[in-house]
Amino acid sequence: MSKLKVENLDLYYGDFKALKDINIEVSEKEITAFIGPSGCGKSTLLKSLNRMNDLVEGCKITGTVTLDGEDIYKSMDINLLRKRVGMVFQKPNPFPMSIYDNIAFGPRTHGIRNKGKLDDIIEKSLRDAAIWDEVKDRLKKSALGLSGGQQQRLCIARALAVEPEVLLMDEPTSALDPISTSKIEDLAVKLKDDYTIIMVTHNMQQAARISDRTAFFLLGEVVEYNDTETLFSMPSDKRTEDYITGRFG
Amino acid sequence: MRNRFDEQLEVLNVELIEMGVLCEEVIAKAAKAFLEHDNEAAKYAISKDLEIDQKEKDIEALCLKLLLQQQPVAKDLRQISSALKMITDMERIGDQASDIAEISTMMRSKSFKKVEPIEKMSTATIKMVTESIDAFVKKDLQLAKDVIDYDDVVDDLFDEVRNELIDFIRQESENAEYYVDLLMIAKYFERLGDHATNIAEWVVFSITGVHKDLDGLHNSSTSDYLTKLLDQRKKE
Repeated sequence: MSKLKVENLDLYYGDFKALKDINIEVSEKEITAFIGPSGCGKSTLLKSLNRMNDLVEGCKITGTVTLDGEDIYKSMDINLLRKRVGMVFQKPNPFPMSIYDNIAFGPRTHGIRNKGKLDDIIEKSLRDAAIWDEVKDRLKKSALGLSGGQQQRLCIARALAVEPEVLLMDEPTSALDPISTSKIEDLAVKLKDDYTIIMVTHNMQQAARISDRTAFFLLGEVVEYNDTETLFSMPSDKRTEDYITGRFG
Repeated sequence: MRNRFDEQLEVLNVELIEMGVLCEEVIAKAAKAFLEHDNEAAKYAISKDLEIDQKEKDIEALCLKLLLQQQPVAKDLRQISSALKMITDMERIGDQASDIAEISTMMRSKSFKKVEPIEKMSTATIKMVTESIDAFVKKDLQLAKDVIDYDDVVDDLFDEVRNELIDFIRQESENAEYYVDLLMIAKYFERLGDHATNIAEWVVFSITGVHKDLDGLHNSSTSDYLTKLLDQRKKE
């Protein structure tokens, strides 16, 4: 069964229709990549999956998004939704506090106060995000002192700390050097054992390397949604072929 | 967009065509060397084989460079990977044709019984190799299919040659050495047909993304599969 299901979704920013009749099913414990040129709607769709568009003025959404069969725009508590569907952004955005407090922030918000339990969550999250060994001796130091790549893994650890089921990643490596990028990629592949991951990326090779399925967006529509291998070797739509081979337009 | 890459792909195409032309030339000369006992033709075929080997190295280097620099996907990836596989078969074509030429120079030219099907084999394999390369150049699925189908003709001819030669050896055992050489040559021609078939199969892959070996099409033969595909395309 699919973890997330988007059906007949239209999204408007005021009069502008940014997403047109999106239908996508995301399978559990797989990596799904969203690719497409800038402004095609992929990040917009990603944000609608945990209702990050709610606060955008003039944003109107029709259609349904269901998580395990439950409509996230109807009955679901938004805090619970964001606990279940975490997000990592393009630019690492650690809070201006210690590494420890960054990770503890989410669990504390959800009412965990017990020091021992918090310690466990912090170690586990940092380990899962493949950064524990690099920061274990300076947990009380500011997170802002970390390198870009470390900050991004910290943000992933912070997202993992509330034990989400789905992880949304919006170009998580576009601000990172190749070594940090490959660490995040390895991490994503490891994380899919436990999490469902959706990743927006401009890096075509990255999508081809790590994702199981890929959706190609153009002008607010999903042109093609297929197994990654098929999409990159035998795309069925000419527009996909033109985009991925760099002959777009 | 991607002008530079498109130019490089065109260079790859031209190089492949040139290598194909060399292969056709070597087979034609080898056949001449064999059929007309023409030692000059044999020498020419053997020398051209070296050019084919060099061409293989050049094309291989170009393909690796394109993979590294352009990280191709979709039809670009298929074109480059097919090219990498095709040149291996073309190189073998050069080797085997020059082997035919070499054996021909060592065969005594005194008139023995004519083995007609072997002459037919030489014509048939030249046709196959030429057409497999044409199919690549023109991206012609039908022509590639024709080549794949034609391999049966060459295989049947080989069986004919073999049976005739067995009879001849029984009848004139003193000439056995000559007839065994002929059998070798026939086998080389048969292998040339196989290489042309391989090339045609990679042409199919480069156009359609389906390769019989990659896609487990062993049960239904490639030919049946292609017939279906061509019908489908006609309807579209």
